[in-house]
Amino acid sequence: MDTKPSPAPFAPWTDPAAVPLIRFEGVTKRFGDFTALQGIDLQIYPREFFALLGPSGCGKTTLMRMLAGFETPTEGTIWLDGQNIAPVPPNKRPVNMMFQSYALFPHLSVWDNIAFGLRRAGQDKDTIKARVEEMLRLTRLDQFARRKPHQISGGQRQRVALARSLALGPKLLLLDEPLGALDKKLRQDTQFELMDIQEKTGTTFVIVTHDQEEAMTVASRVAVMDAGRLCQIDTPQHIYETPNSRYVADFIGEVSIIEGRVDSLGEEIGIAYAEGQKPVMTRTGGTEVALGQSVFYAIRPEKIWVGAEPHPDRINSVEGTIVDIGYLGDVSTYHVRLDSGQMIKALMTNAERYAASRFTWNDRVWLSWSRHAGVVLTS
Amino acid sequence: MKRSMSVFNVTTLTLGLAFLYLPMLLLMVYSFNSSRLVTVWAGFSTQWYGELLRNEQFLDAAWVTLRVAVVSSTIATVLGTMAAWVLVRERRFLGRTLFSGMIYAPLVMPEVITGLSLLLLFIAIGLDRGILTIILAHTTFSMCYVSVVVSSRLVSFDRSLEEAALDLGCSPMQAFGHVTLPIIAPAVISGWLLAFTLSLDDLVIASFTSGPSSTTLPIKIFSSMRLGVSPEINALSTILISIVAVGVVVAALVSKSQIARREIEEREGQK
Ligand SMILES: Nc1ncnc2c1ncn2[C@@H]1O[C@H](COP(=O)(O)OP(=O)(O)OP(=O)(O)O)[C@@H](O)[C@H]1O
Ligand SMILES: [Mg+2]
Repeated sequence: MDTKPSPAPFAPWTDPAAVPLIRFEGVTKRFGDFTALQGIDLQIYPREFFALLGPSGCGKTTLMRMLAGFETPTEGTIWLDGQNIAPVPPNKRPVNMMFQSYALFPHLSVWDNIAFGLRRAGQDKDTIKARVEEMLRLTRLDQFARRKPHQISGGQRQRVALARSLALGPKLLLLDEPLGALDKKLRQDTQFELMDIQEKTGTTFVIVTHDQEEAMTVASRVAVMDAGRLCQIDTPQHIYETPNSRYVADFIGEVSIIEGRVDSLGEEIGIAYAEGQKPVMTRTGGTEVALGQSVFYAIRPEKIWVGAEPHPDRINSVEGTIVDIGYLGDVSTYHVRLDSGQMIKALMTNAERYAASRFTWNDRVWLSWSRHAGVVLTS
Repeated sequence: MKRSMSVFNVTTLTLGLAFLYLPMLLLMVYSFNSSRLVTVWAGFSTQWYGELLRNEQFLDAAWVTLRVAVVSSTIATVLGTMAAWVLVRERRFLGRTLFSGMIYAPLVMPEVITGLSLLLLFIAIGLDRGILTIILAHTTFSMCYVSVVVSSRLVSFDRSLEEAALDLGCSPMQAFGHVTLPIIAPAVISGWLLAFTLSLDDLVIASFTSGPSSTTLPIKIFSSMRLGVSPEINALSTILISIVAVGVVVAALVSKSQIARREIEEREGQK
């Protein structure tokens, strides 16, 4: 896919002259026999908001802890600002971490928690005071400065943790599932707050999250991990629209995957997936395929049009039966079984309040989609 | 809802408490007896307290005991805390099991054996028995108690607090001083109080390790008992009982407030 060059979008990863802030070179981490991270190569650029996404136990926290200095790589090198950081102890790194459990010091007030790092850095009283107050304002905690961590709410505590890690003005801020404990509304507010802070301070953020929506919202780039490996590193849009494997396609958002064989080449290729069914016609988007090769065709539910007849302008149309409907308020998801047995998910917005969903269980419907709607995957 | 105790419960409780405390109560009452005869009540008087204050030997012994208790419990607290920290923090090091076993062994060792072995050691290395040897001996056995108290607190201590301190620029020593120690301070203090009271009323180990110039109060009391019970000893014991009781109550209060605070912190502090 081609990127638009218009008003200088923030994309240092496309610029060969850009110097990364962090560089992982063949980093492997083993705990005894267990390999937690395998051959990680990764570049993160200054001012990026970089999200790590992956299932539980895939090594996200381990990767962060290596940046913070609590773990050392078994193999490979991590460069920070052109310096190999392996021999640098945690307290000497220009990196701060916001812990998943917040790790606020219970014996210190909010004010003293935020001032903690500044005091250790030996700054003078007035500088510390000014900086702490700036942080309190930024995270809207002014009224709680004198309270102890157990006297404030979970969301406030999370902001204290954030303020404390920001106070030293690190080059790199690591956030390990920072919003995991918040309700949806507060989480969204805080996401925007984080992006705002990042914009104001120009810090580079690396965030770990279980929540793909969160990663899509805040991140400049997303890395999808699986079992200690990096599967794909790309902008949220590319990860969503052009995943490079079934795993990534399936991990981010909803997707239907059709397994088939290439049976015609040309501007559009045809993918035959069942006896007696018209092949799916699609552009390859750059994926190299050969005649007869077995491939996967991945298509997002919102790219599919559901109707009583085939859509006249769409190249692919196929008939099926609705087996399930998921009503989500703004949208409904239809689970449709094609005559070949293949299941396809399709999404429709509920634009009208009382147009009591046009289709219902066991209705026969036509699904139609264009030649650009899906991606061809070989793995 | 009214809950009154059954007759049976009241009786057992009374008998139990009487069994435990009647002897001490009797002793305390007789310390205010004006008669020299211990078993005959002849009216209230504080004269034995006065005599006690004029008795050089007792005062010397009290001074020795106090110095031994303060110094040994302080050293024991430092060593015991260090031992606890190493045992809880460093999960894997050579000889860990042996080390932890050795820390706790003196808890179950009969005092006579501890005392005797220390005595043999002091003789072997040619250390003259005196205040120093008592302090060493008391430090040895009371540091185990401190280490037990402190390590039970450290076990529930959130490791990420120390990591956060390192992350914010502390060296490992500073992290201990600025974060770990303030948080476990109540446990350290109750460890100190425990060591202090243990040292204060130890007779067996002290009698093995004390020299002629350094008699502790329990030894003094014990030896003067052989010449017959004097009301002065009653007075002295009353004072001792009061000090120990205050110590125990303070230790209990400190650890109780510590538990309450920890509960709040842990309930609120996590997520
Ligand atoms: N100190 C350790 N010793 C042994 N194994 C470890 C250690 N730390 C982590 N692991 C293992 O490494 C793997 C990756 O752990 P990590 O904490 O990085 O996962 P994660 O991606 O952060 O998972 P989650 O999303 O659940 O937090 C896990 O399988 C874990 O069991
Ligand atoms: Mg994790």
